[in-house]
Amino acid sequence: MTAPRTLYDKIWDDHVVHQAEDGTCLLYIDRHLVHEVTSPQAFEGLRMTGRKVRAPEKTIAVPDHNVPTTAGRDTHIDNEESRIQVEALDKNARDFGINYYPVSDIRQGIVHIVGPEQGWTLPGMTVVCGDSHTATHGAFGALAHGIGTSEVEHVLATQTLIQKKSKNMKVEITGSLRPGVTAKDITLSVIGATGTAGGTGYVIEYCGQAIRELSMEGRMTVCNMAIEGGARAGLIAPDEKTYQYVQGRPHAPKGAKWEAALAYWKTLFTDEGAHFDKVITIKGEDIAPVVTWGTSPEDVLPITGTVPSPEDFTGGKVDAAKRSLDYMGLTPGMKLTDIAIDTVFIGSCTNGRIEDLRAAAAILKGKKIKVKRAMVVPGSGLVRAQAEEEGLAQIFIDAGFEWRLAGCSMCLAMNPDQLAPGERCAATSNRNFEGRQGRGGRTHLLSPAMAAAAAITGHLTDVREMMSEQV
Amino acid sequence: MDKFTTLTGIAAPMPLVNIDTDMIIPKQFLKTIQRSGLGKNLFDEMRYTQDGQEIPDFVLNQPAYRKAEIIVAGDNFGCGSSREHAPWALLDFGIRCVISTSFADIFFNNCFKNGILPIVLPQDQVDILMADAKNGANARVTVDLPSQTVTTSDGQSFSFEVDPHRKHCLLNGLDDIGLTLEKAASIDAFEARNATLRPWA
Repeated sequence: MTAPRTLYDKIWDDHVVHQAEDGTCLLYIDRHLVHEVTSPQAFEGLRMTGRKVRAPEKTIAVPDHNVPTTAGRDTHIDNEESRIQVEALDKNARDFGINYYPVSDIRQGIVHIVGPEQGWTLPGMTVVCGDSHTATHGAFGALAHGIGTSEVEHVLATQTLIQKKSKNMKVEITGSLRPGVTAKDITLSVIGATGTAGGTGYVIEYCGQAIRELSMEGRMTVCNMAIEGGARAGLIAPDEKTYQYVQGRPHAPKGAKWEAALAYWKTLFTDEGAHFDKVITIKGEDIAPVVTWGTSPEDVLPITGTVPSPEDFTGGKVDAAKRSLDYMGLTPGMKLTDIAIDTVFIGSCTNGRIEDLRAAAAILKGKKIKVKRAMVVPGSGLVRAQAEEEGLAQIFIDAGFEWRLAGCSMCLAMNPDQLAPGERCAATSNRNFEGRQGRGGRTHLLSPAMAAAAAITGHLTDVREMMSEQV
Repeated sequence: MDKFTTLTGIAAPMPLVNIDTDMIIPKQFLKTIQRSGLGKNLFDEMRYTQDGQEIPDFVLNQPAYRKAEIIVAGDNFGCGSSREHAPWALLDFGIRCVISTSFADIFFNNCFKNGILPIVLPQDQVDILMADAKNGANARVTVDLPSQTVTTSDGQSFSFEVDPHRKHCLLNGLDDIGLTLEKAASIDAFEARNATLRPWA
């Protein structure tokens, strides 16, 4: 009888092509997602060595990082370097015969939203992409992580990766979330508890009642930020919600293959008694709506809190906190709800899905924004179309938001959507690093509902107060 | 990829924790379709003012460290984005080795693919190396990969761990893809097996 295994162990075991004596494995990759920024040098490497893409049918490309989110982009991109990168992806997709969603295609969007939406991402698969937020796909019980460009070239040429196995970490969220608390608050709270290096060397399996109660969109938000906690990947075991989400999607299996897949997927859970090297348990009831105050995703506090002082920390974090407070222009002891906001950004692979737009629109309905500018960037053309059909787009527009085309946009500000120095942004994205959203820009990470609340009041706001207003 | 065997060079101290890849190479420099030429923009927003003037206080702008080949850094170096532009920029500047208590996973992997050696040492040893690095250009640190040791300018020596496969590739400047393609028969066999076991994949 085999020893009890974790979900990660099972997926790993089913993908080992070759194992060396020192434990280094060659792992088979089921899906390789590609975007314009981290792939050109990899395709160039293939050309220089005369190699081909081994499995073009398992390789999916979409431009997302530096495409403009304004009209006319399908015929012209002003920034020359961006245009060259997008054109390079067009050419590489054509030359190597891989699946491709160009800017002009309604299915274009952020690679981590397009993959699940089109049914490329399935339970039990290995999924990689030259992007750290590949962890998103772990929501389906797929082993998914980011890789560098050399590894992109390696996967293109061999459909495998050289890997050593990570350790197993369990993050359990017990009970249910309170009203106004979302998947974003879970994932930020976990990073707040473990630190940005707390997951280094591990693959995290998220479990517990609060995780089970999340929709697939919410689960993707949770897994998306596993990397901000340092983990190689985040995983959630598939269940009925997963199968329902997947069924009928363009690239999901059909007929007899669906039945065979389903039977296999039902074996994808952590066995009773399987070993975890590290366990974190958080009560769902204890999680509040949170925001970040500093320049690391671990700088998380409940919205009811106050800005900390460097003396609240120890070790290297003392100087880091000083530097963060200076960069963020904040004074220790001030209430987080007193922080005035210039700009609101709703979007990204963390929170650019339909459920995120619904949550923000529910708060915004019939209200006007008080911030200088506010922007919604749907995660894909299909999310955008659905939001228009559901009337959400009109709610955003009536409130004073800009209604943009799909892309990564101001999450990493590679396209024209950037903050000016000193501009303060409430963002539903995933990184509050110095300069992330534009040089000198100041980022507070939060959930879509909290971002909408800040847009209405002009400062960071506890969304629960607005919810009671609505009642 | 250039081989890495031994290196004696100037070590620049960067005690800040959580130095992320957005700091190492900001996104506006990711629009290149080449690997080379990123060294001038390494740590761009810490190194230059908005109008492109050098910030004299920044370590790599100080005369003693302009030719640094080693960085001694605070915890969790290289966190954030997977951009391999970060090691490309380090390499293009001339950095061949980074020493810290911990590294983010993807950055750590990316270093080995580019002939850069990331070394993990315990806090007390990193503290000694950091103090040594602060002595400026006179303090030359020696990194010896075959014997897996780091030696300070005054002769204190510390051993470090490195994965045997990665060590072999660094010492010989080997291309992973070439090595993997030697196992093409195993990949073929896996795909044949998979076509029966998981035909939907």
